[in-house]
Amino acid sequence: MMADKEGLGGHDPLIGGQQTFQSLDNTIASVVQDQKRHSNKPWMATTFIAFIFVNILMVSVGWLVYQGIGIWGNNVPAGWAFDIINFVWWIGIGHAGTLISAILLLLRQQWRNSINRFSEAMTIFAVMCAAMFPLFHTGRPWVAFYWLLPYPNIMGVWPQFRSPLIWDVFAVSTYFTVSLVFWLVGLVPDFGTLRDRAEKVAMKRFWAILAMGWRGSQKHWHRYEQAYLILAGISTPLVLSVHSIVSLDFAVSIVPGWNTAVFPPYFVAGAVFAGFAMVLLLAIPIRAIYGLKDLITMRHIDWCAKIMLTTGLIVFFGYMLEVYYGWYSGEIPETRVMLWRFFGPYKYLYWLLILCNGVIPQLMWSPKARRHIPTVWFVCLVVSLGMWLERFVIIPMSLTINYLPASDRMYYPTLWDFGMFTGTIGFFVFMMFLFVRFLPTINMFEMKDLLHTLSHGKARKVAVGAKGGR
Amino acid sequence: MAQLFKPAANQAAKMSLIFGTTLPIVIGLMIAAVSRSPLNTKVEVPKNQPVPFSHQHHAWELGIDCRYCHTSVEKSSFAGIPPTETCMSCHSQIWTNSPMLEPIRQSYETGTPIRWNKVNKVPEFVYFNHSIHIARGLNCNTCHGPVQEMNITYKGNAFQMAWCVQCHRAPQNYFYKDESRPDLSPRQQVFNLYWKLQEKGRSGLSGREQDFIEGHDPISLAKDDVDKGRKLVNEYGVKVQQLADCSVCHR
Repeated sequence: MMADKEGLGGHDPLIGGQQTFQSLDNTIASVVQDQKRHSNKPWMATTFIAFIFVNILMVSVGWLVYQGIGIWGNNVPAGWAFDIINFVWWIGIGHAGTLISAILLLLRQQWRNSINRFSEAMTIFAVMCAAMFPLFHTGRPWVAFYWLLPYPNIMGVWPQFRSPLIWDVFAVSTYFTVSLVFWLVGLVPDFGTLRDRAEKVAMKRFWAILAMGWRGSQKHWHRYEQAYLILAGISTPLVLSVHSIVSLDFAVSIVPGWNTAVFPPYFVAGAVFAGFAMVLLLAIPIRAIYGLKDLITMRHIDWCAKIMLTTGLIVFFGYMLEVYYGWYSGEIPETRVMLWRFFGPYKYLYWLLILCNGVIPQLMWSPKARRHIPTVWFVCLVVSLGMWLERFVIIPMSLTINYLPASDRMYYPTLWDFGMFTGTIGFFVFMMFLFVRFLPTINMFEMKDLLHTLSHGKARKVAVGAKGGR
Repeated sequence: MAQLFKPAANQAAKMSLIFGTTLPIVIGLMIAAVSRSPLNTKVEVPKNQPVPFSHQHHAWELGIDCRYCHTSVEKSSFAGIPPTETCMSCHSQIWTNSPMLEPIRQSYETGTPIRWNKVNKVPEFVYFNHSIHIARGLNCNTCHGPVQEMNITYKGNAFQMAWCVQCHRAPQNYFYKDESRPDLSPRQQVFNLYWKLQEKGRSGLSGREQDFIEGHDPISLAKDDVDKGRKLVNEYGVKVQQLADCSVCHR
């Protein structure tokens, strides 16, 4: 069966090469079932380096818990710094996964099929990394349960429901739960395939338990489709709500530089921007290492780059509006923050941000650059750095100068700040590489469905609606 | 190919769904129950002391006023644990050979205080003050339980914050004054109740007063009582809006 190149009107196919259902299964499942494929150098090297950083993370967290959050650089007036920067950065990165799996599903975008599983996993690990920061910023995470969650406790007190911080707890925990369930439900039919393909009885049993009795009957597919669509419906508003609520942590306050109405849309755009950058940053090496170039094709990379460009422009528009509000407010503290960003001691970081998020992503206008893998990868790296800098500009830079010039203080991170930050990056990469090794990275049955749709043309697509029957 | 699992696996799968959803809830409820139970709070669990001192004997049978031993209860945050000298003010004359009192005599001779085990305590970040509670007419037993009935002293209440704030959020439900003695200040009201009990016995007390004495939660939501309570709140100048502020107890 040849993939239909005309079907979706592009230059690169969504599935490359001569593919059959069998060959798709082989390509994807062998990554999990033939463990010898991982003894190659890239997997070992990356996982080993990531594991070193996991250890750095554990040491940083251990020392933090023992010593208290005084080991970090944040102190009045910059009470929020690396911890919140990293929290927002990681939460943002997760957004691409939800966007790809939920919104693109509802919009019937078939190109999501080969990258959705992978980016959903990214979402889950990114939210784990994100959650670590506020949790450990409480100083005593073992009692954070009763500070964060509303339940009838023995103190007779409730969290402050008027505070965006408690909205944040709900937003992030809902986001994590829904993403995890969505991911696991999507894995069930693939677990069934793995069970059927496994050779050893023990492995068969293992996959069978995960497949939860999946036999691929008409009824199973019907229920699966319904559950998946409902979950997509639940996830869709989360793409917009989670980062809006995160942005309200800032926008609801009165800190100069934070109190602007543009924050929610601008944060959501930034999240998708950073998320797609991270998807490409990881997808590009993995597709190369595991020979998945026929499944994650140039077309996918091209479209991800276009989304990056679009959201990047929205984010840049947000930067312009921030400056405009600073001037338009007529408030001296607001103007002062803007001038501090332009000309203050942190000015290099601000201009680096403009370079990373405003200037360099413009390369993606050129179709040639979008198809030149090293360029795309470089732009993604730059965007990831830029999105981190954006949060640095927003959070500690605004806090260091405030209404009272007498209480202005500079903020400097400590080694432990960097230790925990790089540690979470290591944790993220480590988890991603374990995921690639032990679970199917690409959705097998959706790829087969896509292959079927592509080779049977449009007539069937009209007849079966959103996702196509099987 | 042989079946991977026997038919019983279906049952196991279904059960795992049921337990998987109910177990977290059950565990949560269990933690909630245990943290409120005497296992954790030690309410009504008598605490061993170096000398088996009985409040029942001293406060009820002998009718000694609380303040004879807990001297600073009206003036200070701390009610005071009596020094050995207070014990010896009687026990130098009576029960001078009792073996139970040997540690007291030892302590008196050597000048080493007795290490009483503290029954009622609040965490160090709680700044509780006895004097203000007495000055607003809150009976000892409201917090400490039926002390006059305790042989070996035990905790009357758990002192969990939810319990404290019941009164701090709505003191009108707790404030009470014996209307037959309008001449007494709120501070005198506290101790008058014990004299009244000695004089008239339990049956001579009003229902509300019996609740106080027996250490029951003396809340009354009857409209009449709440109105009277509200009047007392105004009369005593208690600022209810501020009473449940964090800084009232946590500085």
